[in-house]
Amino acid sequence: MSPEELKNKVANLLAPGQTGDAAPVPADAAPSPLPWEEGAQWPALMIDPTQWLTVARQLRSTPSLAFDFLFCLTCIDWKTHFTMVYHLRSTTHHHTLVIKAKLDRADPVIASVTPIWHTAEFHEREVYDLFGVQFEGHPDLRRLFLTDEWIGYPLRKDYEDPVNMIKL
Amino acid sequence: MDVKPTIQQPDPQSSPAMSSTSPGTTAAASTVPASTPAISPASPSSPAGTFPGQVHPTPGGGIVISSIDEVINWARSNSLWPLVFGTSCCAIEMMSTAGPKYDWSRFGFEVARATPRQADVIIIAGTIVNKMAPVLKRLYDQMADPKYVIAMGACATSGGPFFYNTYSVVKGADHVIPVDVYIAGCPPRPEALLHALITLQEKIRSGATREQIKTNAE
Repeated sequence: MSPEELKNKVANLLAPGQTGDAAPVPADAAPSPLPWEEGAQWPALMIDPTQWLTVARQLRSTPSLAFDFLFCLTCIDWKTHFTMVYHLRSTTHHHTLVIKAKLDRADPVIASVTPIWHTAEFHEREVYDLFGVQFEGHPDLRRLFLTDEWIGYPLRKDYEDPVNMIKL
Repeated sequence: MDVKPTIQQPDPQSSPAMSSTSPGTTAAASTVPASTPAISPASPSSPAGTFPGQVHPTPGGGIVISSIDEVINWARSNSLWPLVFGTSCCAIEMMSTAGPKYDWSRFGFEVARATPRQADVIIIAGTIVNKMAPVLKRLYDQMADPKYVIAMGACATSGGPFFYNTYSVVKGADHVIPVDVYIAGCPPRPEALLHALITLQEKIRSGATREQIKTNAE
């Protein structure tokens, strides 16, 4: 599947008023209004974090997409907001899709995708550990690398640790 | 230097005598003449690694004069067993040094041990983070004396690229355990590690403690 076909399929999936089991969208559907990011290695799509769980279920369960492999889950601190980044791949169709979601830096919350891709469990724990993102529906959200009594989230850009850190 | 040719002379006389007394150990006895020439006279100008002592030839053999401390240090320096310990990319260079291309067993390091209780030297090959520091301390404490430490690369020396703006990295492994030899590099080439190992051997053969070396340098 070419990147354009993949983009159209995902766009149809995310069209307003549609659910996962809806009838196929007519071929003369309007060009995607979705906020695709250009110039990257894989098609990357910015979505609303509140939609993420629904979208993730559809991406996995739709047979023509079949994203069955979450191979990267990470977070970026842009100082004004967080961006969650999910790299998805289909081992049957061999196509790759990147999903991004902006989070409020003061209250970063997004749905956990551990029920959909089990590998997300530890990745989400890592992101929680280092960025403090709350994953709703995660079965066991606690610190992964740092000690349980650790205060703060070290990979946030405003993290301060006067004992261990030498600021440059 | 004229001693070395004369040491060959006693060999034909001594080896039949040894094989006649113990016929069952002919193979072991036959190695004695082969290794005897390796004991060469040591002088201040002798190359590093040669046996520390003088050979005084006498009829029917020879007398080796040395001091026990020097012989012990010589033996120790030529059989240093490193601990299998690597925490990041320096460990890849260390493995390369142990492998056939660089082959540190040429200098007496071939027996890498997976337990600190059998190791003589720990090569800190990589970044030491705050979570690893107590582990490193415990490994060092479990090693039997005499024990030696090599800080390999920038991270183990000073924190290196993780010196600034890092919450997790120990700024030099010598905050945790004493270090004998430091290697610069990120990561150091295998040649640099070999140089550090040979430097450690020279340090051991010198017989001086860390404090004595520090005092002598001042």
